[in-house]
Formats: sequence, structure tokens, C-alpha cells
Amino acid sequence: MEEGGATAKPRRATGRLCSTCNQRKAALKRPKTLEQICRECFYSVFEDEIHNVIMDNNLFKPGERVAVAASGGKDSTVLAYVMSELNRRHNYGLDLFLLSVDEGITGYRDDSLETVKRNEIEYGLPLKVVSYKDLYGWTMDEIVKTIGLKNNCTFCGVFRRQALDRGAALMKADKLVTGHNADDIAETVLLNILRGDIARLSRCTFITTGEDGPIPRCKPFKYTYEKEIVMYAYFKKLDYFSTECIYSPNAYRGFAREFIKDLERMRPRAILDIIRSGENFRTATSTKMPEQGTCERCGYISSQKLCKACLLLEGLNRGLPKLGIGRARGTNGLNKRVEQRNLRPERTGSSIESKQCGTLDF
Amino acid sequence: MHLTLEFGGGLELLCQSTKIHSVDVKPKPGEDKLAMRDLLVWVKSNLIKERPEMFMKGDSVRPGVLVLINDCDWELCGSLDTELEEKDNVVFISTLHGG
Repeated sequence: MEEGGATAKPRRATGRLCSTCNQRKAALKRPKTLEQICRECFYSVFEDEIHNVIMDNNLFKPGERVAVAASGGKDSTVLAYVMSELNRRHNYGLDLFLLSVDEGITGYRDDSLETVKRNEIEYGLPLKVVSYKDLYGWTMDEIVKTIGLKNNCTFCGVFRRQALDRGAALMKADKLVTGHNADDIAETVLLNILRGDIARLSRCTFITTGEDGPIPRCKPFKYTYEKEIVMYAYFKKLDYFSTECIYSPNAYRGFAREFIKDLERMRPRAILDIIRSGENFRTATSTKMPEQGTCERCGYISSQKLCKACLLLEGLNRGLPKLGIGRARGTNGLNKRVEQRNLRPERTGSSIESKQCGTLDF
Repeated sequence: MHLTLEFGGGLELLCQSTKIHSVDVKPKPGEDKLAMRDLLVWVKSNLIKERPEMFMKGDSVRPGVLVLINDCDWELCGSLDTELEEKDNVVFISTLHGG
């Protein structure tokens, strides 16, 4: 086992030099390009690509107040770091702050919020936390106590989406950025195909959504591979939280995720190609798309009389937690079911665009 | 062979929440080299206490688990065939947890 001790280590990687600078030792293989690249060149190309995505898509205007949706997980931690870095370096002129949602999940969100609080100090970005308890009167712990472990992710997903919007509005933000990465988007494209959800399929690859609503959302990591985000966080020693939600398992999504990861191993470009397929999808004009309105109760965007959050909340408060779960549609179906089968209206049904539970969704 | 193994991104939860493990691993009987392929099997049976399917799939790590050997992406040094050396530092990071 001993081969000359630690004197001259004939390292297997020494022959591999960075294909960009040709000077330093390569540290990783980029999934996007298969290039071998050193740490320093990786930092520049990673940040430059995100900067280019921001510029090419005109994601921001100078002077805008931008909320960074922060869960304490890897994507949002890297997003907060990179956004504040690019904002400084390229003079975007953005007023950035962190926005977190406290779902009220003991042993999970309370710990990850500690991470966000450390980020607040490290990156010098102010933090706003909005809680389910304050917004809805219920914590996720209380909801799970009432409804059990079935459908709880639907509540959490719907509530979180709206909580971020409300938090952003409260803080007078012009925009909200989320850490959705290329892997997440490819996965969502597949899931929307698997569920025949044409309305979401056509929207899920948009880099900016909700431009007609009060607070547009955008995804600067749309083309950024998860592998690179994690490598970046690792090399830069960024502090992030990586425990799974105690209430989580979303089996169907997990399956799609694993499929994507298998594809990536065989052909890393598959992820970008799936996104491209999603982008180029055209919906037949004969497909009926849901109409956008506002919720009668809270004024939030909704294609129904009541928005999904108000409907779920009403169910909880009336002791009918099944209300708003499943595929009832059209009339906020207390009793009536399924009229049009061809399309699921916007923002009803379980939130397919959400990431694995416990993360910030779209 | 003395190695330092590090688990992150949630994988530490599979080994009793300990991130860093200082271990001695012997090559298989009759062989004088230890390859990553063998180390994975050793880790699975000696360090992973629950849900081994989160760590391995087939004879490799589960897709979505990143591996670095001395801070270098293992895809650059031979993946499963990489031969380990004394005092190597091997890092496993899951990308599959939260975001």
C-alpha cells in the first residue's frame, strides 16, 4: 500500500491542465461543455454566464428593488451570493434583499432560517421573513396535525408561492428572483408533459413569469447546471443547509428527477436539450387556455372565484381539509366536479411547478 | 491505506450525521491497489447506516452525487477506476437535497 510515502505524489490529475488558462490544474468537468477547467476559470465562466443571461434577457432595470427568494438551500444561497457579487461588479444598481418564508416546520425550517440569517450578515443583504402563521393563521406543523401526511405538500406549495408574492409586495419589491436551476426546469418540463398540463408546459421555461401581475419573477439560473451550483458552493465554501423536509416525499417528482440525473450521466447536454424542447413547444390555437382573473377574497391572481390558497384555507378553517384538493375545477367545486377535462386551470391542482418540497417554488 | 472521507449536501445524514470520517481501508485480498469502485463498496457496508440507495446505484454513486478526490472532480481522474493513494481526501456531496 505504501508507495514511497508522501514525497513525490505522481498525482493522476497532474497531467490535466485547465483547458481555458492552460496553467492551473483542472478541478472539474463542466457538464455543459465537457471542458476540464480549473477553479479560478470556473468561477469566472460560471459568473459570466449568469451575467450574460441577465443581460440578454433584460432581467432587471437599474434602480429596481429585487427580492432574492432564500430558503437557505444550495441554489438560493449561491443565487444570493452571485447576485450581490454581480450587482456590485457590473453596477446593476439593484437594491437587493433576502426574502424567506417560515412555513412553521419544527426541526427543518427553523434550522434552515438560521442559515439564511448567517447569509444576511455575510453577504450584507437585509432579510425579511414572512410566516405561514402570520399570513394564514396556520403553521405547517398544525396543518399536518389536522390533515395528516397526505396532500400536505399541496398546502405548502400553494401557500409558499403566495407568501413570497405577499412578502415581496410588503417590502415594495419590483421583482422576485428564485434559484431554479437548469435541472429543475428540465424536470418540470418533463412533469408537465407527463401530466398533460399544457398551460404550465408553455410557461415553465419562461425566464420571467408574472409580468402582468404585481411582482414578476425570474430565474437567473435557468441555464445553470445543478452540478456547477453545488461545485461552486463547495469550492467557495458557501454555507448552505441541506436537510430534507421532514414532511416531504414527493414520489412522482423524485422519479422524474432521478430520470433526469440518469440522462445527465449518459449525456449531460440532455438537460439543456429538454429545456430547449420546452421553449420551442407551441400550443395549438384550439387548446383552451385558462383565463386569468383575481380572487374575490384576497385579490390574488386566480382563474377561479377564489384563489387556491383561500380555498385551501377555507377548507382548513371549516374542518374540511379536502376542499380544494384534487381535480375539482370550474366552480371552486364544493360539490360539482370536472366540467372541462381538456385543461387544468391555472394554479389549481397540486403545484406541479414546485421543486421538491421544502424548497422555494414557482 | 489511510483516507479522509467527507459527506455533504445531506449525505452525512446517512452516516449518523458525521461529516468527516478518518478511515483505514485495505485493498481487496490479493490486490495491492484500492480503486474508487472498491472504496464505494467499503463505504456502503461500513459507513452508511441507512437508505444506501441514496448513496449508490448499481456499482457507482447514485446519479446526482458529486465526488471529489483531493478537491478534483472524479470525472477528471477516472471515476470508478481512479486508484486511491495514501492520505487521499474523498468528498461525496449530494445535489439532490432541497434548494
